[in-house]
Amino acid sequence: MPRTIFEKIWDAHVVAELPGAPTLLYIDLHLIHEVTSPQAFDGLRSRGLRVRRPDRTLATADHNVPTQEPRLPIADPISARQVAQLEANCREFGIPCYSLGSERQGIVHVIGPELGLTQPGMTIVCGDSHTATHGALGALAFGIGTSEVEMVLATQCLLQRKPKTCQVCIEGRLGPGVSAKDIILALIARIGTGGGTGYVFEYTGSAVRSLSMDERMTVCNMTIEAGARAGLVAPDDTTFQYLAGRPFAPRGAAWEAALASWQQLSTDEGASYDRVVTMDASRLEPMITFGTSPGMGIPITAPVPDPAQTADPIERESLAKALAYMALEPGKPLLGHPVDVVFIGSCTNGRLADLRAAARILKGRKVSSRVRALIVPGSEGVKREAEAEGLDEIFRAAGAEWRQPGCSMCIAMNGDQLAAGQYAVSTSNRNFEGRQGKGGRTLLASPLTAAASAVAGAVADPRMFL
Amino acid sequence: MKAFRKFSTHVVPLPVDNIDTDQIIPARFLKTVSKEGLGEQLFYDWRYDAEGRPRADFILNQPRARGAQILLAGDNFGCGSSREHAPWALLQYGFRAVISTSFADIFRQNALKNGLLPIVVPPEIHGELFALVEQNPDVELTVDLESQSLGLPDGRRIEFAVDAFARRCLLEGVDELGWVLRQESYIIAYEATHPARVNTLQP
Repeated sequence: MPRTIFEKIWDAHVVAELPGAPTLLYIDLHLIHEVTSPQAFDGLRSRGLRVRRPDRTLATADHNVPTQEPRLPIADPISARQVAQLEANCREFGIPCYSLGSERQGIVHVIGPELGLTQPGMTIVCGDSHTATHGALGALAFGIGTSEVEMVLATQCLLQRKPKTCQVCIEGRLGPGVSAKDIILALIARIGTGGGTGYVFEYTGSAVRSLSMDERMTVCNMTIEAGARAGLVAPDDTTFQYLAGRPFAPRGAAWEAALASWQQLSTDEGASYDRVVTMDASRLEPMITFGTSPGMGIPITAPVPDPAQTADPIERESLAKALAYMALEPGKPLLGHPVDVVFIGSCTNGRLADLRAAARILKGRKVSSRVRALIVPGSEGVKREAEAEGLDEIFRAAGAEWRQPGCSMCIAMNGDQLAAGQYAVSTSNRNFEGRQGKGGRTLLASPLTAAASAVAGAVADPRMFL
Repeated sequence: MKAFRKFSTHVVPLPVDNIDTDQIIPARFLKTVSKEGLGEQLFYDWRYDAEGRPRADFILNQPRARGAQILLAGDNFGCGSSREHAPWALLQYGFRAVISTSFADIFRQNALKNGLLPIVVPPEIHGELFALVEQNPDVELTVDLESQSLGLPDGRRIEFAVDAFARRCLLEGVDELGWVLRQESYIIAYEATHPARVNTLQP
C-alpha cells in the first residue's frame, strides 16, 4: 500500500501497539533547553530515574541568554540560575550541553540542522513548539510539554495518537521580493491558527522544491502557528547537499547507506492524504500581520480588515480586541505606518539566508534614525558564516545592532524587549499580545520586509528596495 | 496524580478566540525552575495593569469568578507555545476543566497529563453556554468524566469525546510514565533492532 513520508517515518518508529493505549513511538533525537526542562529533571530525581539515552539527547541555552557583550556572567540572576540549572542537570545526567561559551551554542532549532544532527527519516522532539522547523529536512519533528520531556528523558519514547495528514501543495514561482516567510504567513492567514490542528503537514510542489534548506525551515517552523504540530518536506538533493560534511552527518560508507535509505522516504505515488490544501506561489505578495495572532495577516498593500465585516460575534470581538491592542484603524493601509523597532532573527528567520536577504536591502543604506534595528544570528555558527561574508559590516554600516546568538526579542525573556506601545516589524513567529515585551506591538514579516521597513522608518514594501 | 472526580461549579466565561499560552502565562514567568506559584501569574497581563493592580474589568477580578472551576473560552484555546506552565497555572488558580470548540494539540496533551480536562463542545452548544452564563452568572455545570458528559441545569447532558487512554489515566490516577517504564522490554527490543541514527556524544 502506498504511503506518505509521514507514514513511513511513523511506521519505522513504532515500538509497540498496546491494547487501550496510544502508540509507543521511539524518539531518535531529543533536544532540550533551559526553560522547559528543569521540572522534568526534578521529576527524574524524585523517581530515582536516569536519562535512558544521553547519547540521543542534546542541550543548548537559547531562550534566556544575553545577546550583547559581555555575555557572561548573565546579569539577570533569575535567567542565570535557569541556565546554570540546565548545565548542572546535563552534568548530572551525562547529556552534552552547548551552553554559553560553546562555539556551537545557538537557538535549538538552528543548531540541530546546522550540526547535521537533524536528518531525514528521524523522529525529533523538543520542549518547544517550533520543533516543527526540523521537518524541513524530512524528519518528523514536533514540540512537547515538560511532562513529555520527562517521559522522553526516562524512556526515549512517547505515547502518541497517529495524527492525520495534510498535503500543502504550493506550485508556481515566487515573485521578486516575496519569500518563504510570505508563503507561510499567507497559508496561516488562509486556514487560520487552528486550521491544522490534528494534522501533520507535508509541503509539496514546485515552489517548495525550489526553496533552499534555510527557506524550507522558515516554512516548517511556522507550521505550528497553523495549529499543526509538525510539517515536513521530503528530502531531495537540496537536503543531501545541505547535510553533506556537517559535523554529525554520516561519513564514508555510512553516508552512502544513509543516502540510499533517505531516497526511499518520499511519499509513494498514489498515497493519499486526509486533506489537501493548494496555493499558487506566483500570486503571493509580501505579507505582514496587523493583529495579535499569526493568522491575522494581509498582503502588504492591503488595508487593515474591519471587524464590522465579520459575522461571527466572538470572532468580531476578537478582531476588535486585537485592533484595539495594536492601536490600528480598520480600512487604513499598514504601508507607511511608523515603526520603532526592527527585529531580524529567531528560529524562523535567524539563519544565513535570512541575514543575506536583510543585507541585500541594507547594503549602502541607512536605518532610519527613528528605528532601533536588532540583527540577531540564530547560532554561533550562523554568526561566524555571516561575519566571514562581511554581513556584519554591512549591518553596522547601516546603523543596525549586530548581536550575539539567541532567541532574543522573539520571546523577550533575555532583556531584549519592546517598550509598551512600540511598534516592531519582526521576522519572528508570534505577534501575541506582549510577546516581544509587555504592551509591545508586533508586525510579523519577512527579513526583506523588515529590512526595508528599518530603512523607511515605517512599514515598507521590499519590492521598492530591490 | 489524584483521580479525577465528577464535580459541579459555576463558570468563568472568556469569549475570546485563539487564547494563546503567552496570555495564559507570559514568557517572563517561565524563568522559574519549579512548578510553584504559577496560579498568581495566570492571565497576568489581562488581570493586572502596568502597576500590578487588578483590572476591575477582567473577569477573574470580579466576585463572580470566585470558586469557579470551569473556564468557558473561545475557539482554539491554548494555541502557541508548548509551555506546560499554562495548564499548571490554570490548575493552581483552581480550574479543573476548560470548555471550548477546539484546543491546540500540545495544550490539550499537556492539560490531560496534569488533570485539567479540555472539553470540546459543538459550536451551537458553545454559543448556548455563553448565553446561559451571561443570563445567569451563578449557573452551575456538572463535569462527569466517567460518562463523558457535561450536565446542564435543565437536565440535558452534552456528551464529549476524550482519548480513552487519557480518560483511564485520569479516572484511575494512572501514572503514565510509570506505565511506560513497565513496557521497557519493548523499548529494549526496538533498540536492539534499530541502530542509532546519531550519537550526540560524538563528535
